Amino acid sequence: MKQVVVLSGKGGTGKTTLVASFASLSKNLVVADCDVDAPDLHLLLKPEKVELKEKFTGSKLAVINEALCIKCGLCEKSCRFDAIKDVKVDSILCEGCGVCAYVCPTNAITLEEKISGYVFVSKTKYGVLSHAKLEIAESNSGKLVTLVKGNAKNLALKENKKLILVDGPPGIGCPVIASLGEVNLTLVVTEPTISGLHDLQRILSLTNFFKIPTFVLVNMYDLNPEKTEEIVNFCREVSVEVVGKIPFNPVVIESLVNGKPVVEYAPESDVSNEIRKVWYKIVDFLGLS
Amino acid sequence: MIISVASGKGGTGKTLVAVNLALSIENNVQLLDCDVEEPNSHLFIKPEIKETKPVYVLTPKVDEKLCDFCKKCSEFCEYNAIVVVSKKIIVFSELCHNCGGCVLVCPRKAITEEKKEIGIVEKGYSKNLAFVSGRLNVGEPRPVPVINEVKKEIIQEKNVIIDSPPGTSCPVIASIHGSDFCILVTEPTPFGLYDLKLMVETVKKMGIKFGVVVNKAGIGNKEVYAYCEKEKIPILLEIPYSRKIAELYSHGIPFTTEMVEWRKRFSDLFKTVKECLGK
Repeated sequence: MKQVVVLSGKGGTGKTTLVASFASLSKNLVVADCDVDAPDLHLLLKPEKVELKEKFTGSKLAVINEALCIKCGLCEKSCRFDAIKDVKVDSILCEGCGVCAYVCPTNAITLEEKISGYVFVSKTKYGVLSHAKLEIAESNSGKLVTLVKGNAKNLALKENKKLILVDGPPGIGCPVIASLGEVNLTLVVTEPTISGLHDLQRILSLTNFFKIPTFVLVNMYDLNPEKTEEIVNFCREVSVEVVGKIPFNPVVIESLVNGKPVVEYAPESDVSNEIRKVWYKIVDFLGLS
Repeated sequence: MIISVASGKGGTGKTLVAVNLALSIENNVQLLDCDVEEPNSHLFIKPEIKETKPVYVLTPKVDEKLCDFCKKCSEFCEYNAIVVVSKKIIVFSELCHNCGGCVLVCPRKAITEEKKEIGIVEKGYSKNLAFVSGRLNVGEPRPVPVINEVKKEIIQEKNVIIDSPPGTSCPVIASIHGSDFCILVTEPTPFGLYDLKLMVETVKKMGIKFGVVVNKAGIGNKEVYAYCEKEKIPILLEIPYSRKIAELYSHGIPFTTEMVEWRKRFSDLFKTVKECLGK
């Protein structure tokens, strides 16, 4: 079984648009949406049926029993997250470490498990989708990503699928690192802007740090051909292959508004031709063609 | 006054709005880049950096001569960051939240803490605009301690603008916590709308006043507007999708410096926010 993850560093470069199109081209894989903060893939893959919904209890919250509290202030002093003020726990700042409960002389504080989100397994016409939704203002997206990927792997084993396609989160922090576990190939989507290049450099250092083979794709490359050239030159310097350049085309937004992967909405467009080319390169690299 | 700029979805134009807003306010402005995983504001502001400070977190260090492998530390740790395997104790510093619990519970005082550098904070100026930015080291998973260090540099008397990271979880919460107002930047597409709704719920839960800026107006559909109208959310500014704005952005040029008529629209945006806050 192979895993490919689509990342970008910078948000909004087109990860989800591409993943939806890849899913449509393959139709024989398991898809995992690991952007658990702002999961959008279901808007294009349109789950027909939710087959599993489970609570995710990734973290805990300190709860003060006011009847037992003697207002000594030890908890407030010991908390490194400034989450206790005037014997009230700020549920947003509390990281559930338990130090307050430990130092409390009257055992007035307990740690309670909280629901941080939900994981789903859904049936779509492209195959099974493993996804999740973090509750509002919750943390622990790294753990949730690991869970979504674990579900995807179990489904792939069960259904004998050879490939897991992962829509990754933006950034370079814990959810991104979690999404890289057991990955055979990373496709980094960038755009020809000063931010796109800057963020590409950081995400490539990350995939290099974890020694994961990486391809680069420049989206909307004709927006700034000189920046595209700079990106291509940079990739050459660090020996990373640029596998495709997608032109700007309003048809991409149209397909999104119509809730369809662009390769289905406008199969003959220049964008779709390039996406197909990139997908076949990926499949070829993974030895699945 | 602290105004943060956020959006659930990435790439909607947070940095575009934060930078152009900061440049359009007459004076006394401080811009903070809290997107420490992928900081970009400096590319547009081009500040002269006057000071660079390392950001440290405290991670446990075990003296194996004192440790009797009683496992109290690993039983206490909620993050599985310290593990005892027979006569060996292992610290996973990337899982550690630096709460200090293991040091407290160790009956033999075998655990101390050592500083580990996970990023930097940079401070500088671009003309009279004060600038602070954070940068997480590549490979480090936890941006929040770096964000908190950036926010320690806030000068309360200034008009503070915070450029936050995308998403809706811990790095965003840490960035916008304590803000007087949050500008939510969205784009009029189904993705933009879906992620805007998540962000609206987040700022509501946090009790922060907010309004919406629609960027790339003209693309997509009208559903973002319908949603804002129904929920009575003020649309503070619309920025049209324009090839010129996109090209200027791609070169690292804040578009208000070339399209000067926009400077007034951003200073009006600032006035509107102040009015929303009764200032």
